[in-house]
Amino acid sequence: MKGRTRFESIKEWLIERIIWICGVSSILFVFAIFFFVFREGSAFLFRGFKPVEFFTSIEWYPTSQSHVRYGALALILGTFSVTTLAMLIAIPFGLGAAIYISEFCSARVRETVKIIIELLAAIPSVVWGFIGLTIMNSLIIRLFHAPIGLTMLNGGIILALMSVPIVVSIGEDALKAVPDSYREAAIAMGCTRWQLVYRVLLPAARNGLLAAVLLGIGRGIGETMAVLMATGHSIRIPTSLLDPVRTLTATIAAELGEAAVHSDHYQVLFIIGILLFMITFIINLTADLIVKGIRKQ
Amino acid sequence: MDLPRYRKRVVRWPILLLCILQICLIFHACLHRQSSADGAGTHTTIQNTGSDTMVNLAQAWAEIYSTVAPDVSVEVSGGGSGTGIAALINGTVDIANCSRKMEPSEIEAAKKNTGKDPYEFLVGYDGLGIYVHKSSTLDSLSLEQLADIYGEKGGTTRWRQLGVTLAKGSDEIIVVSRQSNSGTYHYFREAVLGKKRDFRLGTIDMHGSKDVVELVGRTPNAIGYSGMGYATEHVKMIKITKKLGQKAYLPTIENTQNGNYPIARPLLMYTLGEPSGKVHQYLDWILAAEGQKIVQESGYVPLTMAAVSSEEKKP
Repeated sequence: MKGRTRFESIKEWLIERIIWICGVSSILFVFAIFFFVFREGSAFLFRGFKPVEFFTSIEWYPTSQSHVRYGALALILGTFSVTTLAMLIAIPFGLGAAIYISEFCSARVRETVKIIIELLAAIPSVVWGFIGLTIMNSLIIRLFHAPIGLTMLNGGIILALMSVPIVVSIGEDALKAVPDSYREAAIAMGCTRWQLVYRVLLPAARNGLLAAVLLGIGRGIGETMAVLMATGHSIRIPTSLLDPVRTLTATIAAELGEAAVHSDHYQVLFIIGILLFMITFIINLTADLIVKGIRKQ
Repeated sequence: MDLPRYRKRVVRWPILLLCILQICLIFHACLHRQSSADGAGTHTTIQNTGSDTMVNLAQAWAEIYSTVAPDVSVEVSGGGSGTGIAALINGTVDIANCSRKMEPSEIEAAKKNTGKDPYEFLVGYDGLGIYVHKSSTLDSLSLEQLADIYGEKGGTTRWRQLGVTLAKGSDEIIVVSRQSNSGTYHYFREAVLGKKRDFRLGTIDMHGSKDVVELVGRTPNAIGYSGMGYATEHVKMIKITKKLGQKAYLPTIENTQNGNYPIARPLLMYTLGEPSGKVHQYLDWILAAEGQKIVQESGYVPLTMAAVSSEEKKP
């Protein structure tokens, strides 16, 4: 008996430690990644990096023989424009689908739609990129008489289709988490179904819905392969939906392989990594503050 | 309580010994395999690394050679011309594939590191085709016109400027290029734009040679460059002339061999020191009729029959 209790207590201690490690590891990983990215880019950041050129020039010539220039303005605008367009499409569609699945449809339809949406989430980004490169390209050329179909519109639509499943499944979870007593109370007050959704469910589930939207945006900013293939990977400031663009992530993906380790080019790509890190950090922080602000009211 | 522990200790020693023995055996086997690569053993492995442009060709050679000489297997990998040369300098590869000449500094480094001179073998040519949509009426371009389309601050941005009228819509030239990790990108920049000039901003940068041709085939406004072996029925290759007004040539095998077509580059293979044994036999086979036939089948340009026998040593 004595030995067994000792064993049990060791087991207990061990499991506690493991769970602690699981909890702490995520913090550790984030800091380790930030440290690594920053370390790789920092030498250049303090040596030859020209912030003014980086943020205001569109001339990105990392492999030029005569005059190397690292102007990332077009890349930054590319990322923002494609992501914004994708979110303008994905948020209404995603939240609408979440509301429909959670509140309006029958159980049978719900199961089918959910399976299909999960299937949508399971499509690899290379396949999305390929669809953008082939089908969407020809379609956009034909519909808009555009000179080329690999455009911001193409990338935005592809990205929206990729983000919708995330917005739907997290949004639906958030709506489901609202207690049924809320629904019953609202119906007892004589609410229509739409009033129930608009007045009761959306405010009650707002944190979860915001999280859904943010994860969608995160996916949009971070997505690489699909936008690399669908946007045309072209350095320019977009002036219309039918202009090709180039994003920050696609630039890293296309160029990191050839950049000699610890060369200026390599380090600038890591500075872009730091920039992406900052952008997501700021988005998450603002979202956190917004949620806290809503809670206080 | 002590008994089991004692017994375990007795059992452990023979296992450890066995393990050491095992490791020795594996090492011995590895060493044996290595020594057989010199040509004395029964089976030889030739390591072949380098240019991505040449990787399909090298693969095709390796596959067919395994039926010609079953005791030799050629292991092919890509990674780019630079990767192949780096491996040659480190002495870790038998043959390095290269779609550009070795730089003098690289030859020096190889000499210093391995004590052997790199030997150069010209195994074929790669003609770079300039592709437009199959419906285009464009027939030929000069290198200057091409540089004005592709180069930084170049003035040609509309098809109208080249005398081409498109069926409908905008007549903006969609300039299709490659991502900067491509050897073709660097070669095109050097051969067409000149060493110091850069590509214009706003080119559509594709990942692979095949992607360029496919995109051009779907886009009536586009112009692109890619190896001449990538031509499909949806695209048209145009004639290129060195200077405006001179005769323009299509990237055919003949025009590339006699140097009339201006955008072609040599495909090279390098060995450390004069090749011997199986490596020598393999290179001989590549340069002979059968190997050269595969060059043509893979979409590249074989050497002329006269050039086949000439192996040249470069310092």
